[in-house]
Amino acid sequence: MDSTTSAKEPQQLSSRIYARSYAGLEIDPDRNISDDAIVFWRIVKLAFSNRIRITLALVGIVAAACFQLMIPQLLGDAVDGALGLVGKGNVSVEAGRDALYFAAWLLMGAAVMRGLFTLLHNYCGESIGHLLAYDLRIAFYAKLQQLSFSFHDHVHTGELITRGMLDLEGIRSFMNTGLLRVFLLIILVGVGAYLLISTDLVMGLLALSFVPFVMWKSAVSRLKLRGLWWTLQEKMAVLGRIMDENLTGIRVVRAFGAEPYELEKYDVASEEAHTLAAERIKTRVASTTAMTFAYFIAMGLVLWVGGTRVIEGQMSVGTLTEFLTFMTILQLPVRQLGLVVNSFARTLTCGARMFGVLDLEPVIGDRSEAQELPANITAVKFENVSFAYPGEGLPTVFNGISFEVSRGKTLGIVGPPGSGKSTIAHLIPRFYDVTGGQITIDGLDIRDIKLSSLRSKVSVLAQDPFLFTASLENNITYGNPWAEDADIRNAAAISQIDGFIDGLPKGYETLVGERGASLSGGQKQRVAIARTAMLQPEILVLDDSTAAIDAGTEQRIRQALKEQARSAATIIISHRLGTLRHADEILFIENGSVVEQGSHDSLVALGGKYAALFALQSREGEETVKAAKGAAE
Amino acid sequence: MTSVSRTAADPNAVRPPRAVVGSQISQDEVIFGAAFDRKVVRRFAEYLKPYRKTMYIALVTVLVFTGAQLSIPLVIRYAIDKALVGDTGGQALLTLAVAVFAAVIIVNYAANYLQDRLVGLTGERVIFDLRSAMYAHLQNVALTFMDRTEVGRMMSRLQGDVNSLQEFLENSITAFGDLVLLFGIVIIMLTLNFELGLLTLSVVPTLFFVRMVWLPRARKAFRRARETNSINNGALAEGIHSIRTVQGLHREAVNLELYGDKSQENLRAHLSSAKFAQVMVPIVDTLTGAAMAIVVVIGGTLVLDKELDVGVMVAFLFYVQRFFDPIRSLTIQYSVMQRAMASGQRIFEVLDVPLAISDKPDAVDPETVEGALELRNVTFGYYKDQPILKELSFKVQPGETVALVGPTGSGKTSITALLNRFYDVWEGEILIDGVDVRDYAKAALGRHVAMVLQDPFLFTGSIFENIRYRTTGAKREQIEEAAKIVGAHKFIMALPFGYDTVLEQQGHNLSMGQRQLLSFARALVADAKVLILDEATANIDSYTERQIQIALQRLLEGRTGIVIAHRLATVRNADRIIVLQEGRIIETDTHDALIAKNGLYAKLYELNYASFDDLPEDIVNNTLTAPVRS
Ligand SMILES: Nc1ncnc2c1ncn2[C@@H]1O[C@H](COP(=O)(O)OP(=O)(O)OP(=O)(O)O)[C@@H](O)[C@H]1O
Ligand SMILES: Nc1ncnc2c1ncn2[C@@H]1O[C@H](COP(=O)(O)OP(=O)(O)OP(=O)(O)O)[C@@H](O)[C@H]1O
Ligand SMILES: [Mg+2]
Ligand SMILES: [Mg+2]
Repeated sequence: MDSTTSAKEPQQLSSRIYARSYAGLEIDPDRNISDDAIVFWRIVKLAFSNRIRITLALVGIVAAACFQLMIPQLLGDAVDGALGLVGKGNVSVEAGRDALYFAAWLLMGAAVMRGLFTLLHNYCGESIGHLLAYDLRIAFYAKLQQLSFSFHDHVHTGELITRGMLDLEGIRSFMNTGLLRVFLLIILVGVGAYLLISTDLVMGLLALSFVPFVMWKSAVSRLKLRGLWWTLQEKMAVLGRIMDENLTGIRVVRAFGAEPYELEKYDVASEEAHTLAAERIKTRVASTTAMTFAYFIAMGLVLWVGGTRVIEGQMSVGTLTEFLTFMTILQLPVRQLGLVVNSFARTLTCGARMFGVLDLEPVIGDRSEAQELPANITAVKFENVSFAYPGEGLPTVFNGISFEVSRGKTLGIVGPPGSGKSTIAHLIPRFYDVTGGQITIDGLDIRDIKLSSLRSKVSVLAQDPFLFTASLENNITYGNPWAEDADIRNAAAISQIDGFIDGLPKGYETLVGERGASLSGGQKQRVAIARTAMLQPEILVLDDSTAAIDAGTEQRIRQALKEQARSAATIIISHRLGTLRHADEILFIENGSVVEQGSHDSLVALGGKYAALFALQSREGEETVKAAKGAAE
Repeated sequence: MTSVSRTAADPNAVRPPRAVVGSQISQDEVIFGAAFDRKVVRRFAEYLKPYRKTMYIALVTVLVFTGAQLSIPLVIRYAIDKALVGDTGGQALLTLAVAVFAAVIIVNYAANYLQDRLVGLTGERVIFDLRSAMYAHLQNVALTFMDRTEVGRMMSRLQGDVNSLQEFLENSITAFGDLVLLFGIVIIMLTLNFELGLLTLSVVPTLFFVRMVWLPRARKAFRRARETNSINNGALAEGIHSIRTVQGLHREAVNLELYGDKSQENLRAHLSSAKFAQVMVPIVDTLTGAAMAIVVVIGGTLVLDKELDVGVMVAFLFYVQRFFDPIRSLTIQYSVMQRAMASGQRIFEVLDVPLAISDKPDAVDPETVEGALELRNVTFGYYKDQPILKELSFKVQPGETVALVGPTGSGKTSITALLNRFYDVWEGEILIDGVDVRDYAKAALGRHVAMVLQDPFLFTGSIFENIRYRTTGAKREQIEEAAKIVGAHKFIMALPFGYDTVLEQQGHNLSMGQRQLLSFARALVADAKVLILDEATANIDSYTERQIQIALQRLLEGRTGIVIAHRLATVRNADRIIVLQEGRIIETDTHDALIAKNGLYAKLYELNYASFDDLPEDIVNNTLTAPVRS
């Protein structure tokens, strides 16, 4: 992929913009012509990178246009032949008949050749479009996979899907119906103009008199349409987002009886989009019909002036026919010009949006001297780590936090919501990069480790795991598609989900509904645990992974995971102290700093915040709470 | 671009990986229907009804436009025959002809403008109407249907299919014009000169024969192309939605390869369909050439023999060239129509999904409720013959707080779904204030029963809007009050724009617990008599939870509460605890009584603390005296 004008991924954006779905990808709708030109040239360059096909297409266009242009002349000759006038002088009937046959054969030939060359250039044009779309599709997918979390945090999924579908389609269809069609038009008009003007200067100029008007009109409406396309696209994106979130959050909508509210929200957005869509149609219709009208006026002028000349004997009827036929040939292209203009306007928008994503450089990637991690790592260490999520005005999450977990050991983390526990989990596999200090594995800064090497050793079970609309088996093997049946069953057994799956009529082949909709909260979490249990990570982070599972099941899972935990450095984030009880060390985090640190016993003995939490959760805590309540009353 | 071949990733692999991209719900949808489906057209026509007058006007303008187009060659013919070749009155006749020509093109322009504008605008309007109708319908469709249907698929109907109907609407008027044009040309050619006309038209049957051979193959190719498109787009959407999981599980290479395979298939299908689309071009051109040759040879001979006017021959040549244009565009329109019929089918399929849960005509919508809940012999499940809740009965008094407890998958969330009538029960009934939920208006249930769902869902928009949600009348103070109760006020104020901070999709820029707090606050603002908390504090630490509980106490006074939690500390203060297992009630009583009973609850409770049991006595005692953090 060509990336001469590469932009940096949004790191520093004002919060307001940052919070908008298009943050960082916002392209100024009033951007100037030179930006358009850049986008345009990039698209053209892409088209021309397919040398053979573009050459064939151009050859096809030139040839088809030539044959197309021969037809008026042949018809003119034929008419003259029919009138018995060949050339300038009067000729006999036989000669005229011969001329007719000759013209007929040539006509046939020209028509067939035109058809064949049209086939050639249209097919080449279409296939260039499709090949280009294929490349872009894959590049887009690959790019999205590379771009880091901070990018995906800012950009609404619907926005990206639209870019990958509609904008890509816009660029694809431009190849044949925009770019190459313009070549055809230029050649038709250019060569035709030459022929006509060299036949008769005045008549030629008359026949072409509509061209400047059409060019001016199309330039004006292109500008207007581009603006409209841009805003319309955004409004449609808003509408799409409203529908998408309504359907995704359908349970919330239903639970609150919020249908009328949602409908109103939709209606407002829909009306806005509709107004723009109507505006676009009006603009388009006004310009295309005016272009056709101009064309017919030119035709009328040719008829008038040409007719007068024929009457005056300065011109043959055949020549007049030739002029008029030439104009009919131009009729279709002129009609198409409206579409071509539309296509240009659309493509510049689409192209800018597409390249906007393709040009982004992932903020998180390999340094040039990045290394592989050695096997059997011994410890992961946070050294004075500071971090703030990218975005202006966002508070820092950590300000110099340090701790260490080594192989075979377990670190527990507790803390109130928003204290930064999940953020710790996100920093280890470099979903985000630290803003200060460093995280090291065996003394190596993780930013000096190859990303693939790092991520294959680190496994984070996210707090809200995503399940795929696929079979349970495919979900469980997501991180290790080459697993054998035995591994799958083993993982299911570890996460205590095997009993449930065996009870299903289709077992492991059962389809999981969208995002696990057909599973209970605890079942979802257990499938996610099984997915992680398939891997043999050396650093394992469980982020509140058993919150929706009852204590009994959880305990069995913990037992089953023990084996794996022996060969890994484990971090467990949980609000259930029973889960953390056996951790070698527990951190109590608040406002991004470690306020208490130590083993369960020592923390309880310390009598601080951890102990207070413990009091609330332990059997005896009940009395403590009651006592506290009594004291308050 | 990285691309790892399957075998390179694991040289020993003897079978393909257990990996797929894109949805695995079967793709056996109608992609291409018949070109004309009466049912679809009739139903579509209903949406046109409000714009009937406009459509009639549009039809008239089409006729006028076509007429004007047809008459242009006739005017030219007249000019040539009468003014140029004829012997008398040349210049005057020419002027007349040009004047007529001018009149014709003005009419042509006006008709063209009106036609395009009317058709375009009406088409756009109808499309928006149709989309609104679908969207409104989906608001009331049974959840059982929505559970089985992917959002992406619905979205493609709301967007893609609706657009192809629009294309159809705009095209069908043009197609109508083309048909009129075609007939007009045939009639004019035959009237101008019957023999020559007949001879010229003799090429047409060939065209129909060719098309008959071509059509079935081309259709198949076109269909394949569309199918692969929707498969590809589905996979792309999935890739975007799941990106965090993909990166976390390091699946990029495998996915890219699988996606590459799908794209390759898509490319192949499109190249083949392009071939089919283009192959008709030289055939039509050859036939045009043949027709022109016939006019030239036969017509020309007739002219030489002085049996035909030159002007007629010129007009013929004009018509022959125009004749094949509509045929060509009708070919394109045919596939547009097919696509539209299939889209129409899919759209009306959505509109036909029965509203399994709709208000009865005499549905009650009381201003207030007491909040007495009762489940009476309720049996319910998601799949036939697999009941999840089995003959379940229990009562909750107004003002009482009841906890539902039980192992995962025991049916707790399902009960709450039934209380809000997400689904209808199979057997038995659910009563609020002694009235069956099926007899309430849906809006009434939404107003009187508020819920914190197990999966917090937030909308793109400001925090303020998210907490307020449907209760649009709520004041800012009420919002802040709710946020304070759930302990979210502090973190909200720390955000750069406070309550006006805009949340990313599904609240991704907040921590999980913070999202849960906002969804909790949302339920409080709704100010309902019945409050259902399904694991509302599962991702929140006990200390914060305790503070919420204390703050809630005043708010909950006089309200009925249902609380679900795995962390038993959360529920032990409930008035009553109902213990569920596999959709049945095992026991129900207060915390203390249940512990004394030593049944399932006591066991669960035991397990909750089992890990603490090996604590030395003195530490436990120490904790007892430790001050609760203030
Ligand atoms: N929408 C659905 N479609 C099909 N099956 C479902 C659906 N929702 C839940 N189930 C199934 O119904 C059973 C009960 O689920 P439910 O969500 O009520 O359990 P739960 O008690 O809330 O469990 P948890 O504590 O894990 O949240 C489970 O076996 C689950 O797989
Ligand atoms: N993607 C993000 N963009 C911006 N801010 C974020 C993002 N994710 C989290 N935050 C903020 O960072 C802080 C720490 O969040 P984090 O998710 O680490 O909390 P947590 O300790 O895991 O909380 P919880 O117990 O609720 O899961 C919070 O204030 C949160 O609002
Ligand atoms: Mg978290
Ligand atoms: Mg549940």
